[in-house]
Amino acid sequence: MEFSRRDTFALGLGAAALAFLPMRAYASATDDLIAEFTGGADMAETGITLTAPEIAENGNTVPISVAAPGAVSILILASGNPTPPVATFNFGPLAAAQEASTRIRLAGTQDVIAVAKMADGTFARATSIVKVTIGGCGG
Amino acid sequence: MNTKLLQTVAALSLLAGVAVAGEDATLIINDEETMVTEAAAPAHAENLDRIYSGWVFRADETQVLQMDDFDNPAFVFTDQGQDLYDTVDGTAGESCANCHGDVDSFAGLTAQMPRVNSDGELETLTELVNNCRTERMGAEAWKYSASQMTAVTALIGLQSRGMPVDVAIDGAAAPYWERGKELYYTRVGQLDMSCSNCHEDNYDVMIRADHLSQGQTNGFPTYRLKNAKLNSRHGRFKGCMKNIRATPFKEGGDEFKALELYVASRGNGLSVETPSVRN
Amino acid sequence: MASGVKPRVKVPKTASAGDAITIKTLISHKMESGQRKDKEGNPIPRSIINRFTCDFNGQNVLDVTMEPAISTNPYFQFQALVPEAGDFVFTWYDDDGEVYDAKKSVKMA
Repeated sequence: MEFSRRDTFALGLGAAALAFLPMRAYASATDDLIAEFTGGADMAETGITLTAPEIAENGNTVPISVAAPGAVSILILASGNPTPPVATFNFGPLAAAQEASTRIRLAGTQDVIAVAKMADGTFARATSIVKVTIGGCGG
Repeated sequence: MNTKLLQTVAALSLLAGVAVAGEDATLIINDEETMVTEAAAPAHAENLDRIYSGWVFRADETQVLQMDDFDNPAFVFTDQGQDLYDTVDGTAGESCANCHGDVDSFAGLTAQMPRVNSDGELETLTELVNNCRTERMGAEAWKYSASQMTAVTALIGLQSRGMPVDVAIDGAAAPYWERGKELYYTRVGQLDMSCSNCHEDNYDVMIRADHLSQGQTNGFPTYRLKNAKLNSRHGRFKGCMKNIRATPFKEGGDEFKALELYVASRGNGLSVETPSVRN
Repeated sequence: MASGVKPRVKVPKTASAGDAITIKTLISHKMESGQRKDKEGNPIPRSIINRFTCDFNGQNVLDVTMEPAISTNPYFQFQALVPEAGDFVFTWYDDDGEVYDAKKSVKMA
């Protein structure tokens, strides 16, 4: 079997597309989870704050905080993890503020996404990119 | 790695100034206990001017974890250490507490460990604990870096938190200290590196994405984000040796004990931070 | 993973009626993600705490669905309203069916 230059180029494209597939799979899994949570409703870009470090020293323990005044629940997703769901915070009547902090695992540099469901049925979304470093000796 | 490259890296870091990250940050624990994280180097650490706790080199998010005992995950393990301390184990029907009373009776001990005992032998805190277990309690010795051992040694170390590290290096300790110093400066492994290549010549330099520290041991046992547990001094030495592709010495062996003394002495004057949080 | 699980909870001992207070919780747990393999290459089965709840005098403050992406030794910090004196009850639900709980009383200042 012989490959022309053009064939080889096409093969390369195919390989590139294949290499890209897992990323797309994750992305769509994240999109599916968001759609499941919101029922496909539009999401506002305000009304929710997601605080995460710009660079995480270790992906094993990344501190994050979310706050969405008036939310009934907040979904947290890590788009680049093998399984994107992280947690869902459901706030009860005695929550003094619709906010929480926790520590999460990130498999690599990726977007962390928070989607809040407000008491009036609307949704808001915030995204934060976290760079996860691979240590020299510490990692 | 060739020497020239290392020298270049060192020279570059000098040019960039001694910009230790978080140099201005102060480690205050629970809003009340201020730790000494930077001090003049002891005279016997002749190649250093200043000594810095490993806390100084960590990212803000990691630093914060150590500033409150509730946020510090190591306290899950010191709690377990307290349970072990209070629990009878072995044929003699004794617990640590039966003889030693409240664990705060150990205040100051960790700051002086390792030390030479009355038989002229260098002894680590881990060995003291195991001696008690086998000689007095009739219990089995724990493995050198077992989770129970790091839990109990961290609990004992916590009793000295805030006190300056002050290990003796003279008298009977001198030959052990010399041996440790020799090991510290001896290149080993496929990468042909010594402790000093990273932790003396190149501290405050990034090694890939990791900010190199001086390799101080004042916070050990330390909770590492990497493995989410307490890590012993010898366990860390072993990790370093693996990283430079050397065959590690044995935990609890003469080499690591001597190295433990020497490395601890380079931190004389820093506060004991046990249990610290590192990456 | 039922052995050695130990909850830690930080709650102010006293509060005034209607106060918002900060609560911190930490529990020792491996949170085995199900993504790792053992030395022989066999997958290590998932074993995590999958839910955490906080209630005060029977009313809910927070109910968290937890996934394997929550770090080892799960930590939460949140705000609770204290309308009167009473008890906070914290509950963690393990995949293996175990339930761990902790209780903290708050008095009126």
